[in-house]
Amino acid sequence: MKKAEVKFENITKKFNETVAVDNVSCTFEAGTLTTLLGPSGCGKTTSLRIIAGLERATSGKILVENEDVTLLPATDRDVSMVFQSYALFPHMSVLENVSYGLKMINVPKEEFTEKSLETLKLVNLEGYENRMPSELSGGQQQRVAVARAIVLKPKVLLFDEPLSNLDAKLRRQVREDIREIQQKLGVTTIYVTHDQEEALAISDKVIVMNNAIIAQQGSPKELYNFPKTKFVANFIGDANVVKAEIINQNNNIYEIQLAEMKINIESDQKLESSVSVSLRPEKITISKSPEENSIHASVNNASFVGNSYQYIVNSKVGKIYVVSSDTNEIFNVGENVYLKFDEKELRLLDD
Amino acid sequence: MVFFILFFRVFSIGIRGWNFEIFQSIFGDVENQFGVGSGAVLLCSTFIFYITHGLSSRGWLNGDNFIVGSIGSIIILVSTFVFFPIFRMFAVAFKGTEGGYEISNFSTKIFNKGIWGLDCLYSDYACGVFWNTVTMGTLTAFSSTILGLGFALLIARTSFKFKKTIRILSVLPIITPPFVIGLAIIILFGRTGVVSSFLEWAFEIEPSRWIYGLPGIWFAQTLAFTPIAFLVLIGVVESVSPAMEEASQTLRASKWQVFKTVTLPLMRPGIANAFLLGFIESLADFGNPLVLGAEYDVLSTEIFFAIVGAQYDETKAAILAMILLTVVLVVFYLQNQWLGKKSYISISGKGDSGVHPELPNNTKWIIYSTVLPWALLTFIIYIMIMFGGFVEMWGVDHSFTLRHYVEAFSVEWVKERGILWTGTAWNSFNTTFAIALISSFPTAAIGILTAYLLTRHKFKGKNAFEFGTMLSFAIPGSVIGVSYVFAFNVPPLELTGTGIILVIAFVFRNMPVGVRAGIASMNQLDPHLDEASSTLNASSSQTFRNVILPLLKPAITASLVFSFVRAMTAISAVIFLVSANYDLAVSYILGRLENNDYGLAIVYSSALIVVMLFTITLMQLIIGKRKLGRREETAGILQGNFG
Repeated sequence: MKKAEVKFENITKKFNETVAVDNVSCTFEAGTLTTLLGPSGCGKTTSLRIIAGLERATSGKILVENEDVTLLPATDRDVSMVFQSYALFPHMSVLENVSYGLKMINVPKEEFTEKSLETLKLVNLEGYENRMPSELSGGQQQRVAVARAIVLKPKVLLFDEPLSNLDAKLRRQVREDIREIQQKLGVTTIYVTHDQEEALAISDKVIVMNNAIIAQQGSPKELYNFPKTKFVANFIGDANVVKAEIINQNNNIYEIQLAEMKINIESDQKLESSVSVSLRPEKITISKSPEENSIHASVNNASFVGNSYQYIVNSKVGKIYVVSSDTNEIFNVGENVYLKFDEKELRLLDD
Repeated sequence: MVFFILFFRVFSIGIRGWNFEIFQSIFGDVENQFGVGSGAVLLCSTFIFYITHGLSSRGWLNGDNFIVGSIGSIIILVSTFVFFPIFRMFAVAFKGTEGGYEISNFSTKIFNKGIWGLDCLYSDYACGVFWNTVTMGTLTAFSSTILGLGFALLIARTSFKFKKTIRILSVLPIITPPFVIGLAIIILFGRTGVVSSFLEWAFEIEPSRWIYGLPGIWFAQTLAFTPIAFLVLIGVVESVSPAMEEASQTLRASKWQVFKTVTLPLMRPGIANAFLLGFIESLADFGNPLVLGAEYDVLSTEIFFAIVGAQYDETKAAILAMILLTVVLVVFYLQNQWLGKKSYISISGKGDSGVHPELPNNTKWIIYSTVLPWALLTFIIYIMIMFGGFVEMWGVDHSFTLRHYVEAFSVEWVKERGILWTGTAWNSFNTTFAIALISSFPTAAIGILTAYLLTRHKFKGKNAFEFGTMLSFAIPGSVIGVSYVFAFNVPPLELTGTGIILVIAFVFRNMPVGVRAGIASMNQLDPHLDEASSTLNASSSQTFRNVILPLLKPAITASLVFSFVRAMTAISAVIFLVSANYDLAVSYILGRLENNDYGLAIVYSSALIVVMLFTITLMQLIIGKRKLGRREETAGILQGNFG
């Protein structure tokens, strides 16, 4: 299958006065799976539709394989899309749905039937070719939609929240299938979702969007371990974002006070009197006995979720969310506890 | 460029040479020019596609040829057959007595006592035709809304046993030929009518002509338009969320308090809507005032008499049509702007599983006592039409006869010549059937295409485009009819007296129905389907053909049948356009009525009802009940059935 790089150059999309995408530039590397992640209304679906040619950018350029396709309508782009609602044609059989795109470019009947059947085999739907879409389960419909998109061997494959109509169990299975097919074909894939877990699990690269701009981009690990802003820290993995006071400065080493704790952190930026830091809930240890340089807190809420306990505790710097994998030692609501964590796990955030 | 030259040529040269003297002085005399032939029409459309093609290659609408071409052709068609005639009509209104245009003639005719006079308030003289029309409209709108609401409440909010029978009301307006109700009223309440004769015999009440004039029109229109109000209001009554009424009940409100403080206020915009609709229908109505009006003149019939009668006064007809058009457009605008946005009824995705409370008892009895007799009267009238054709002469001689049927629809078998259609009605019946059938195809096609463009594409001036295509919906039939006479009697488009003009009149009268039906079903189609198709290499015309059209089959069948049925019974526009060669059923019936030949008129009307009932039933069987059962869709289609 063809591999193509997709590039956004200063793309802006306005709907009347509302700015949906604001001067965004980014690259979707050839042959990789990139996720556009963000809350609803952040501009991720609009960006995807601009790539498909279903929306036209108000300004800026979009390049596929260094070729400017900004003005090309969807019909003339070598890009296929899997829709959130699947958008299977209800009046056509599975086979007719899958071969639709080939028919449109006048591929002879024997050839398109053969190719479609091959593709149906690839998505494990052999023997379903004569069914109507309404006779299939949600997961099967989803696979028909994927088959219909990949049978054309597009340069770029787009997914618009493809799992949102499936139940939780099936979601994991289908997302693994999608990843498998993508890697087998090696097609450049762009995937839109609002589910951070899904994004981390499936992607080579994640682009987090918020308020029409890119908040941060990078590999799933980078984003999880080194969030740059409050928004990204919070959106990915529910990190705690707390305020800390700067009490001392020595060149680029700052001493900060976080509740009762004093910690040294390094930063090349010039920092003002207070900073925001993020802390992953699973990196915090919680205990009953006071320890040196720890945060004093009281348990506000405790819930057992099977493989771990989740606590919300009150501290001097507000509520802190803690996940403890130790399910033997239980802390009750109202109990006094002490929180401790490694300094290296603390991340300084841009405001 | 060539297109503009053609355009110029066509409009500047009239049947007697140059239309404007200035050209004569520049270019000298020219030969007379007659109507545009089919060759010129072909040439014209080629130019239109050249232009749209050019526009799309300049990047209009993503450079989509099919879309730009479709928009272009619809704009040209609507301008030619809706706006151009209206424009011509305005021009005629300003025509002087000696030819040319002058304002004085216009102003004497428009500020005429016959139109604006208020004599009836203080003397025995009649009021102006404007006031007559408005009075009639208000009365009819009022009574049909009240009765329509009564029927709607009866069906939705009581445990009345014969709801299904009452539901039949909803098909009546579609299948009723225009003069039927007026006719039935005459044979019931006229001077020799059944009821009048009975009253004379039993109580020695002198039969009079009270039914002719405002009371008769009001009576007939209320009978005719109550079902339409019912259709609008049943939707309103049923979409009041039961949750709110239940909330009110749990807050200790009694049945009557719930009805008065929650149900009625929530329905208020819907009721206002039904009222305005009734007003528009009444003003546009032509058949009833014609049959029952007598001395009571209203705008729609006055326009007709100004053109057809002995006076033949084009300017007067144009001025009256302008007034009627203005009044109706103002009300139409009110209905759209003021009520369109002010709806309290919101149907959310969440299921409302509540139960509507029953009506308070006293209200229920009021409704039973007004609505049921009215329903009975409606049914009596339709039964009389169905069986009235079998008696010698209503009110005079009630002996059984097949004479009228034989006269209208007799068929003979002659050995050498095959079947002979000897009945006097066959000619007009066949013409009506053929023209209604022919016109239904372009109607559905333009309607569906317009609906597709409106729901699926964004383009500059879309609102104006939508307004333009829906406008002919609001224009009263008599205005359309008279404007067609002015516009197409003379070159460049000489069409009067042909069958084509009838087809065109039907197409542009009924097109909004197709558009509405199309929009309703387009909105049920996931727009992702089109997008999926276009990402799969299909062009917009391929998408339209392969995805949209097959999925719209039910809507297409529906608009085909509805435009066919409406064309069978339309009167107000085509009465101006019929000719000896192309006589229609409705004008034939009118002719019989004028000769007091009621038997034949009844026979013909009942034949039309049977044909239409048959067509509609057939359609129900073909496209399934589910689609047709959608009230909103049917309601949308039925609005404006008269006129």
